[in-house]
Formats: sequence, C-alpha cells, structure tokens
Amino acid sequence: MKYLSRGMLLLAMPLLLSACSPWVKPYERAHLADEVMSFDRDPIANGYLHHVYEAREAARGADGASGGGCGCN
Amino acid sequence: MAATKRLLLAFALLLPLIVQAEVLAPDRLDVMYHSYDGGGATIDGPSVLIRKNIGNSVAVSANYYVDMVSSASIDVLATASEYTEERTEYSIGAEYLNDRTIIRAGYTSSEENDYSAQTGSINISQSFFGDLTTLTLGMSYGEDTVGQNGNTEFEEDVARRRYQLNLTQILTKSLIAAFNFESAVDEGFLNNPYRQVRYLDPNAAQGYSYQKELYPETRNSDAAALRAIYYLPYRASLRADYRLYEDSWGIEASNWELRYTHPWGERWLFELKYRSYEQTQADFYSDLFPYRDAQNFLARDKELSEYTSDTIGLGVTYYVPEQWLWVFDKSTVNLYWDNFQFDYENFRNVLAEDAVVGEEPMYNFDANVIRLYFSFWY
Repeated sequence: MKYLSRGMLLLAMPLLLSACSPWVKPYERAHLADEVMSFDRDPIANGYLHHVYEAREAARGADGASGGGCGCN
Repeated sequence: MAATKRLLLAFALLLPLIVQAEVLAPDRLDVMYHSYDGGGATIDGPSVLIRKNIGNSVAVSANYYVDMVSSASIDVLATASEYTEERTEYSIGAEYLNDRTIIRAGYTSSEENDYSAQTGSINISQSFFGDLTTLTLGMSYGEDTVGQNGNTEFEEDVARRRYQLNLTQILTKSLIAAFNFESAVDEGFLNNPYRQVRYLDPNAAQGYSYQKELYPETRNSDAAALRAIYYLPYRASLRADYRLYEDSWGIEASNWELRYTHPWGERWLFELKYRSYEQTQADFYSDLFPYRDAQNFLARDKELSEYTSDTIGLGVTYYVPEQWLWVFDKSTVNLYWDNFQFDYENFRNVLAEDAVVGEEPMYNFDANVIRLYFSFWY
C-alpha cells in the first residue's frame, strides 16, 4: 500500500504541480476577467490601429496582434 | 490507507482547478468606419468582422475591410500628381479548441489596382500552471505581387515570413503581463515603384533632380515587447507597453505607451492614452544624395528616415440598454480618436518656397485617426 501511495503521488505530481502552482486562484480572478484588463478588447479596432502604425512606422511586429502584416505598400 | 484517502481527497479538491479548460470567445459582430486624415492623405472606409462559434470547440471568423485612398502627400506633390485608389481586403479564420490548447489558422487576401497580397497564418496557444500562463507560437507566410500603374510590363514579387512568440502571464490578482517577440523576413521587391530620391544636380533649375529609389531585396527584423495591465484599487485599469525593434537595414526603433481605462456607471467606458515612438534612419537613407547613383541602395522614404511620433488618444464606449436591441445579448457604440504628430529629423520639406537646396525646413505633420464602430454580441 505504501508503494501504491508513492506511485500515485508520483503520477499525480505533474497534475498537482500544475494545480498547486496557481498563486492566483480561479476565484481570485474577478478583476482579471474584467474587460478593462483585456489586451485586445475590440479586435477590429485594435487591428486597424496596428495597420496605421505599420503603414507610418518602419518598426513592425511584436504588437500582440495576430496575422502577418497588412499586405499593403 | 489513510494516506491514500488523503491523497485522493486532495486530488478531488484540486480537480476543479486542473480541469478548468479554456473557452472560446463569444459570438460577435463588429461594424466599423475608419478614417485617417493627415499629411495630405485621407484614407477611410468600412470594416466588418463577424465571429461565430460552432459547438464548443470550433469558431470561424471573417473580415471585410476597405481602404479608400485619396493622396496628395508631400511625396506625391513633389514628384507626381494627386491620386485616388481603393484597397479591398478579405480575411477568414478558424479556431479549434481542445482542453487548454487553441489552434488558429487564417488567410487574408488584399487587392488594389497595382498591388495584391495573399497571406496565410497559423498559431497555437497553450495555457499552463492553472491557466496563469499562456504561450502562443505563430507564423505567417505571404506572397505579394507589385505592379505599376501605366506600366503593364512591370511585375515584381515579395515573399514575407513572420515568426511570433507570445507569453501572457497572470502575476497577481490585479496584474497581468505579456511578452511578445517577432521576427520578420522579407524577400523580393521591397521599394515603392513610384517613389524617388533626390540628388544634387547643378544642371537642374531647382538645384536637384530625382531618380528612382532602390532598396535591398531582403529585410530581416526583430521586435520584442513587454506589456502589462494593472487593475487599480477602484474599477479602472492602467496599461503600459514598451517595444524595441531593429532590422538589417540599420533601423532601430522603440515605443512606449500608457493607457488609462475608466468605466463610469453601468453604461460608459472612457479611455485616455499617450504613445511615443522614435526611430533611427536606414543605412541607405538620405534626404539629398550628393550626385546621381551615389550609392548601391537609395532611399528617401520618410518612413525610413529618423523621426519621432507622439500620439494622444481618447475613446468612449457606450453600452446600449438591452431593451433597445433585444436581439443581441450585448451591444456597444464606440468612438475613438487618435492624434499623431510626426516630426522628421532629416526629411526636408521640398515644397518650402525660397529655401536653399538642402536647407529646407524639416517636414512635420499631424494626422487624425477616427474609429467609429458598433459591436454586437449574440
């Protein structure tokens, strides 16, 4: 039985780690779920502004938007 | 045996945390009018984005977007005449959710009378550690065909590749941060077939002449960004972004942004932001070359010069009472305005009258960007 307990503990370790490690518990995430905390609240508006940046600036990428450029010159 | 029971009990208690899977974003329709007005160019048009879930694990989306361009920018006035054109873009996308993994694929097609572009993209997101961490890896590949109005013989190609890594991390119950890294590789005809560079020409009446610009056929760039959003002690948030960029053309750029978002009552949400951008010039850029064919590569595109840009943005969102639009779960009306101020350090205003060649005042302009959009959740 001792070995069974240790075996189960070993098997459960990755799951326990992934479950124990959240130092912010799901029930503590009310603020994080608020829309004022979103990086991409309105994708249509966000995507357009990134299009303006890419058209007017040499820098491109790492803007958090998905896709691959505007395909414009 | 008691140890086993305790273990099973602990496992059962933690199970809700373990199996809490991701969910897809809700069904949504956005209709936007966008407008850019500055530096002699106006670009406006509609954009419509629709997103629909099919069951619990698949979502599809489609976007229709139009740019209607009317340009009399300083480049156009200096070497050509005002023009109008239209660019139409269609995008489709699909998402597949499996537990904590989301796979996304997309395709975009953009057409204008002298330029067409097709881009395919794919990315995969995985959340870890009780959904505190989300890692996304993505890539895209695009093929562009560059044409030239009035020259049916002219046709060149560009291949564009992008590789992205995004890491989003919940740090505290009020703070979320993200790290983004992106490499881009472009190969092919990268200059603009219409744009020209100027060089000193003692035989010309105005003291200088123009010749076509010529860029290298490859451009590699890396960009890395850090972002964070903090939930303030009252219901509002403060966001900070910082990005660094460099490329094989010798351009180094950075930008930072602060954004304050403040709901007011149940129906209103206000946003205020400031963004600052600066970049150095490309190695082969010059406002005025000393003579014709002065270098292997030649550029006088103001976007490749050294300059700064400051942006102030204001926005408001109104949550429409449900009884007004009862067919939707939620509806919003949004108006966002951004004012850009561009100040060029080594791009001169050749339209300035009575100026000595090479000593014209530096060019600057401001632009207003409007986003008016309606969002409906259903």
